[in-house]
Amino acid sequence: MTLRLFIPADAGALAVGAEEVASALGAAAARQKVAVDVVRTGSRGLYWLEPMVEVQTSAGRVAYGPVTASDAEGLLRAILADGAHALRQGLTEEIPWLKRQTRLTFARCGVVDPRSREDYRAHDGCKGLERALALGPAATVEEVVQSGLRGRCGAGFPTGIKWRTVAQTPPQQKYIVCNADEGDSGTFADRMIMEGDPFVLIEGMAVAGIAVGATKGYVYIRSEYPHAAATMEAAIAAARRGGLLGNRVANSSFAFDMEVRVGAGAYVCGEETSLLDSLEGKRGLVRAKPPLPAHKGLFGRPTVINNVLSFASVPIIMDKGGAFYRDFGMGKSRGTMPIQLAGNIKYGGLFEAAFGITLGELVDDVGGGTRSGRPVRAVQVGGPLGAYFPRALFDTPFDYEAFAARDGLIGHGGIVVFDDTVDMAKQARFAMEFCAIESCGKCTPCRVGSTRGIEVIDHIIRGENRAANTALLEDLCHTLKFGSLCALGGFTPYPVMSALTYFPEDFGAPPRLLAAE
Amino acid sequence: MSTMHQGSRQQSRVPWNKDIALTRIRECLDREGPLLLILHALQEEFGYIDQAAEPLIAETLNITRAEVHGVVTFYHDFRREPAGRHTLKLCRAEACQAAGGDPLARHAETRLGVSMGNTATDGSVTLEPVYCLGLCAIAPSAMLDGRVVGRLDQGRLDTLLAEAQQ
Repeated sequence: MTLRLFIPADAGALAVGAEEVASALGAAAARQKVAVDVVRTGSRGLYWLEPMVEVQTSAGRVAYGPVTASDAEGLLRAILADGAHALRQGLTEEIPWLKRQTRLTFARCGVVDPRSREDYRAHDGCKGLERALALGPAATVEEVVQSGLRGRCGAGFPTGIKWRTVAQTPPQQKYIVCNADEGDSGTFADRMIMEGDPFVLIEGMAVAGIAVGATKGYVYIRSEYPHAAATMEAAIAAARRGGLLGNRVANSSFAFDMEVRVGAGAYVCGEETSLLDSLEGKRGLVRAKPPLPAHKGLFGRPTVINNVLSFASVPIIMDKGGAFYRDFGMGKSRGTMPIQLAGNIKYGGLFEAAFGITLGELVDDVGGGTRSGRPVRAVQVGGPLGAYFPRALFDTPFDYEAFAARDGLIGHGGIVVFDDTVDMAKQARFAMEFCAIESCGKCTPCRVGSTRGIEVIDHIIRGENRAANTALLEDLCHTLKFGSLCALGGFTPYPVMSALTYFPEDFGAPPRLLAAE
Repeated sequence: MSTMHQGSRQQSRVPWNKDIALTRIRECLDREGPLLLILHALQEEFGYIDQAAEPLIAETLNITRAEVHGVVTFYHDFRREPAGRHTLKLCRAEACQAAGGDPLARHAETRLGVSMGNTATDGSVTLEPVYCLGLCAIAPSAMLDGRVVGRLDQGRLDTLLAEAQQ
């Protein structure tokens, strides 16, 4: 009998020793004369259990974690005896943290061999593409519109509307561009998809190409993600060999091919127009809109540009139908959101849930509070441009409009937890500093305002003319918010103003009485 | 599967050579918008973008030297001079700050005797800030020559620093 083991090769698992665990288990198996078949998967996203080893049993996969190399001998004996082990977590699918999720976009992540097209097919892969081919381009666009899917990396613009706009442009060279420049701290969902289920992204982009009449796609991956780029490259090569990409996509009359492009460490290139300039081989300067990328995008051609998670949600929408997807969620936020729990958190990882779950449920119930064991004081939602929320706002439901109403944003769905040792004036200063480091320099509010912001916050921290400087900071934030060309300058006020509003005591002012709200 | 695990390896690169550079430049010419591809290829080859590369690229792509220079200097990744034998990137973004990254960064600076963004005087290691490696659920994190490390504490960092100083 051959023992089938699943060990992640996801960068997050490798960073805590998955490779050493895989080698140690291999060596232990040789010593114990056991035949093992090791499948390297992506991560299930239960990062506090990484490296997590799964074993195929007749009842399903059983998980063990967090495993270290020195556990290998004993672990293997316990697995063979089907006996107790301190690291045994039971059936993976029954682990409460995973069981309470709604995994639509991440259904296969951590389950399949990310480099195997056969494994992808065996787990319902390509069904969305097949249905899109059967429906034809126009009906495919309408299905995505019907699903209510919105952009997963910032503004939350409806994906289907973008597609419809590109589809309506006259036939010419059009492009599909995937924004995989996942630069927000606290986010890693794009990385997990590219490392754990790259074919779903390829399928989603191919569907987009067919729907709007584009034959060429680019995945722009940040250089900080070498593992993701390597897995995407391997999957694209396999997709070409298997006829999923090429002159006749899945034996149809449609042509579509794609390639990986690697960024060069510029955060601003996550902004879509800056990304397009970067893809063209230029400095990543933000473009003024209009014209929209849908009309004049990459090389001046009509371009669909969406985030990894948006494209990765398309196959299940096409497979199960737009109505199926739309039935999840609340208000105008339809479907599921892969939420990423990060920072000082006990149970950090990828939690995909229907929109509507509250911030408090996510941080306290799902995340289990801080890893340090100290009280949660603030959480930053939506990356470096997202607002800091105090505990008093933990009833905010995860929904684009609900967050906007409280001067925050969901962004790419990252939640970074801080304990009570955090200095919020320092965090506000960092937001300005980050904006200054990463500004593309095209517009003045962002380029100059960020540096002035650092100086003003320094004055406040030192207690110099506090009232006047606080008023100046508020005025500066107003200018940044309404005068910047893109979200980098435009949203930097969110972390700054939320820190100042909810944690004034860290800036030397009397504390705010939030309990009354 | 071994290609997925990028092991820690010393960065041994060839010295600047115009002919090799031209070969690498020409390899990228059949791709759309090739400038970033070219710069990545040259940095992979030589470890940095030599100033002499700029006119070569400009001439080949039929753009101005100023345009090439503008692109080289816009992106944080492109180096203007060779790095140390090792490159240690420490994540300085919010999730790693929340998990105790700030004191670790100060510790690394003290131990190596360099500030962020600089190379140790013995040429062993270049210490760089990075703004997110996507390892935010196992923060704080670092990358040593392409190898990722999470759940950093002082002990794990000291091991990395010892490796980087070799």
